[in-house]
Amino acid sequence: METLTSPLAGLRARGIALGGAITVYLLLGGGAVFLLVGCLQSTRFAQLTVSGLAVGAAYGSLALALVLIYRATHVINFAQGELAMATTYIAYQLIQWGLSYWEAFAATLAIAFVLGTALELVVIRPVQHRSVIAAVIVSVGLFILIDGVVNWIWGGGIRFMQSPFSGSYDLGGVNIQHLYAGMLGVVLGCVLLVWALFRFTKLGLGMRAAALRPAAAALAGVRVDWMLALGWGLAAVLGAVAGMMYEPSQLLLTPTFMQEALVYAFAAAVLGGLESPGGAVVGGLAIGVFLNLLAGYLPQVVSLEVPFAFAVLLAILLVKPSGLFGRREVSRV
Amino acid sequence: MALLTLDQARLRFGGIVALDDVSLAVEEGSIAGLIGPNGAGKTTAFNAITRLYRLDSGDVIFDGRSLRHTRPSRVVRLGIARTFQNLELFPRLTVLENVLVGAHVSSRFRRERDVRRDALETLAAVGCAEHANRPAAGLPFGTLKRVELARALAAKPRVLLLDEPAGGLNHEEVDELAGLIRHLRDERELTILLVEHHMRLVMQLCDHVHVLDFGKTIASGIPAHVQRDPAVIEAYLGGELAA
Repeated sequence: METLTSPLAGLRARGIALGGAITVYLLLGGGAVFLLVGCLQSTRFAQLTVSGLAVGAAYGSLALALVLIYRATHVINFAQGELAMATTYIAYQLIQWGLSYWEAFAATLAIAFVLGTALELVVIRPVQHRSVIAAVIVSVGLFILIDGVVNWIWGGGIRFMQSPFSGSYDLGGVNIQHLYAGMLGVVLGCVLLVWALFRFTKLGLGMRAAALRPAAAALAGVRVDWMLALGWGLAAVLGAVAGMMYEPSQLLLTPTFMQEALVYAFAAAVLGGLESPGGAVVGGLAIGVFLNLLAGYLPQVVSLEVPFAFAVLLAILLVKPSGLFGRREVSRV
Repeated sequence: MALLTLDQARLRFGGIVALDDVSLAVEEGSIAGLIGPNGAGKTTAFNAITRLYRLDSGDVIFDGRSLRHTRPSRVVRLGIARTFQNLELFPRLTVLENVLVGAHVSSRFRRERDVRRDALETLAAVGCAEHANRPAAGLPFGTLKRVELARALAAKPRVLLLDEPAGGLNHEEVDELAGLIRHLRDERELTILLVEHHMRLVMQLCDHVHVLDFGKTIASGIPAHVQRDPAVIEAYLGGELAA
């Protein structure tokens, strides 16, 4: 009877404990020192690190999108990468129609926000209350649907999209391409804006409250359903930023160009702890640098990057399932 | 006039009738108690009033208006705020942020700085101002109970539903809490309905007591009468009330 009287019992059952934070910071600090020393020793290492960080920022942004939705609903959105791909095509189309790159960029972010919110309202919300797995399956369906729609509209062929950044500059003998510096700056800037939204605004506070304790948030006056929809909108925006910035580093625009990135974003999100937004970004940067150095120094493994990402994923899940910044979940039976 | 009324509320979970035609009325400005043994349906009644549960039949009427089709997030806007038996604070937010979530209901056209100042004042009113910038997780239970009370107060409600406010407190703290609740009622012109096991608090504080057992009303009246009611003594198996 007592369990029946409390609809909040399920929410309470997820106890929270902190993992060994000091070890994690030592590990990250060690990694940073290693990268710094490497960069000072070798210009090639430095260049690989910078491009790795840039690509990693895109993984991190996509991982952050996954984490935002996971935190609020425990749903892994498998369609996140395809959504990013589709919005990149929209940006491509807007540029074809004559908009400048940054006009198209801004318009695409707005479109992504509306699209993400609408998807939550139309296809996710009806199944959300039934079970998490139902929503996950719907997201897999969305993956296929978006892929199909993009192939139908734009075809499966290769397209070219200009990068807003060209040229390079010299930093102490290291040749840094504007492409990567710009990518890093724009993605991290957008991530920072999203962080500020969550940290400093009324809306952000409502979204955090809704994600932590939905029932209590509702009774404190928060429109939890709207917060979830807006969360999908924001996630789609982060994905769009990742897609548009990631595309030039891949040289070509194809309907499959975000599929590898999604795998890396998964690895990044899990590395960060799945519930930690900061962890997702750090995880993305780490995976980006790791894979870039790996491919740079061991060219024979270039085609093995995806299996390596899976190996990272598997290793984290086996050794430390809570990731770097996650909280260990203790389920009360 | 009654500000909050449960009118023949009926709710079942599978084979269990959690609320069996429960009717109760809370007079404006009064402090009413809802008591009964474990599993009697007290928290269920709170969940029905705040629309977390949908009644099978019957109605909740607040200020002359039916809440049958009101969504939970609207209930607090209408003027009913609550606390929870087992605390439902947002663990990773700071104490102040927790209170701000409550405050934002009533702050649509106000400057954020004023809202923050009010939230801090509310925290001070329950004696928790010094914890404002700490994360809620990790503070002692008694403190968190007060923070949750502050979150409810910050919404500037007309009715406050308190679910076991004295849970986990010692004798001295219970007396202090009674004083605080009475003070808040007077100062903020609140109407209060509280679920409580702590009989001393109920008898000390309540103008009216409603007793549930297995989802049914078994007694209702002023504390002194209810205390002597044979059905109530029976329900508590000659426990606390008989003494």
